[in-house]
Amino acid sequence: MPVNPREQTAHSAVMELKGGSITLPVLKLLSSDMQRVQDQLKLKIHQAPAFFHNAHIVVDLHDLAAGHGDLDFPALLGLLRNLTLIPIGIRGGNEQHHRAAQAVGLAVLADGSYEAGTSPPARLSPQGAAKAPAPSRLIDHPVRSGQRVYAAGGDLIILSQVSPGAEIMADGNIHIYGTLRGRALAGVKGDQQSRIFCMDLQAELVSIAGHYRISENLDDSARGKPVQIYFLNDSLMIEDLSIPARQTHHGRT
Amino acid sequence: MARIIVVTSGKGGVGKTTTSAAIAMGLAKKGHRTAVIDFDVGLRNLDLIMGCERRVVYDFVNVINEEASINQALIRDKRSENLFILPASQTRDKDSLTKEGVGRVLGALSETFDYVVCDSPAGIEKGATLAMYYADDAIIVTNPEVSSVRDSDRMLGILASKSRRAETAAEPIKEYLLLTRYSPERVRLGEMLSVNDVQEILSLHLLGVIPDSKAVLNASNAGTPVILDDKSDAGQAYADVVARYLGEEVPHRFIEFQKRTLFGRLFGG
Ligand SMILES: Nc1ncnc2c1ncn2[C@@H]1O[C@H](COP(=O)(O)OP(=O)(O)OP(=O)(O)O)[C@@H](O)[C@H]1O
Ligand SMILES: [Mg+2]
Repeated sequence: MPVNPREQTAHSAVMELKGGSITLPVLKLLSSDMQRVQDQLKLKIHQAPAFFHNAHIVVDLHDLAAGHGDLDFPALLGLLRNLTLIPIGIRGGNEQHHRAAQAVGLAVLADGSYEAGTSPPARLSPQGAAKAPAPSRLIDHPVRSGQRVYAAGGDLIILSQVSPGAEIMADGNIHIYGTLRGRALAGVKGDQQSRIFCMDLQAELVSIAGHYRISENLDDSARGKPVQIYFLNDSLMIEDLSIPARQTHHGRT
Repeated sequence: MARIIVVTSGKGGVGKTTTSAAIAMGLAKKGHRTAVIDFDVGLRNLDLIMGCERRVVYDFVNVINEEASINQALIRDKRSENLFILPASQTRDKDSLTKEGVGRVLGALSETFDYVVCDSPAGIEKGATLAMYYADDAIIVTNPEVSSVRDSDRMLGILASKSRRAETAAEPIKEYLLLTRYSPERVRLGEMLSVNDVQEILSLHLLGVIPDSKAVLNASNAGTPVILDDKSDAGQAYADVVARYLGEEVPHRFIEFQKRTLFGRLFGG
């Protein structure tokens, strides 16, 4: 079933230009006090360092409180990067904000009017991303031997175990909050950025965008551990998530 | 309105028919009107274990083909007036079973019985899928070894997608794990999976553990469901299972290795 990646690339075009939407974490700024933003953000990140490590992020200025109009963009950029985040743009804000953002190389993203003004003044919320309509598929029961589950166009979230002989696939990421004993294939349409996360790795096969590894070739040190699996430098990386906040460099920055 | 229970496994020879006979008898002895159906068309086993093989006139396929009425085909058990057996045909094959026909028979039985126990054949072919199609509850009979566990898992997948409850998006079938032919001694020696091993792989509600026991063979030779042998370990284990199924809280037995045997004390085992 897994496609041979070499075969796939040999005949295909070297690039494609397409319209598409990506779901990103959104940092809603409520204050221009950079010191306090940094303190609170640090706490958040500390709770899930792997999630935020090298994560692209959008800064939302819709709910910036009155009287906090003066934003120090270079300082904001610096503090985000220090916390291993990769800011890519802003959303909302006024003319002045837009010019300042562009001056430091941030994109000004189209206004998500669906959110404007409706949200209560919340705290710093990395969950902001969850509000965007992400076409993910949620399975809350075991995936048994012989069953196949496919999340088309998005992520697959399994709140249970995946049995040997079961196969789960997603165009996006795969998250398994249980033991993975079957086969898991993320990015089956070729998204090399997709990842697999699981609480206990005992897989028969894991694959990112067609680059796969079978059980026999799984490193024993990763077996039985909570891991994330991603594709980097032409190889499949399996990273033990039980080692907290490891400063690995994924070569993205 | 009867509750329909399928006893199934995927793998053959794990104890489905033994279990169907024991549970049907156990439910009847507790005062519930119970019918037990042999879905193993072509093999016929249940009537032997129930000891009624010499009273078979009509069978399940006759009823499906409307060659006989249900009342003509049902055999009343001699030990419990609440228990009836619908035997399989030995002269037909499993293609004689149709979804409509099985549905019709189960529908009719549902009107007069409290429980209908369906003894599934092995495999995942027509006989097995029809035995589970109309089920409300499923008892997954599993032996403590890898291939049996794997087949049970496969069966659970089919239950979750190819049953009437799944197709009509009704409340899913209630699934219970029954571990049979369990030998604490062999688990200790590492020759068998433990209850915990099996539980971890299947993550399923444990209805009971039936020890591997000579009493089972004796009972089937005598044509008596082993649950009636209330002196035997297997008979007691099945009685516990029925009680648990009916909602009683009964602690699990026959799981631990008995170290304090005379043999053990003499030889320091
Ligand atoms: N707890 C037990 N202890 C010892 N022997 C057992 C036990 N349970 C079943 N057996 C034996 O295992 C054999 C198979 O049992 P049974 O016919 O109940 O299995 P089955 O799953 O119905 O088989 P099939 O798949 O062929 O229908 C029989 O010889 C039976 O006596
Ligand atoms: Mg049988």
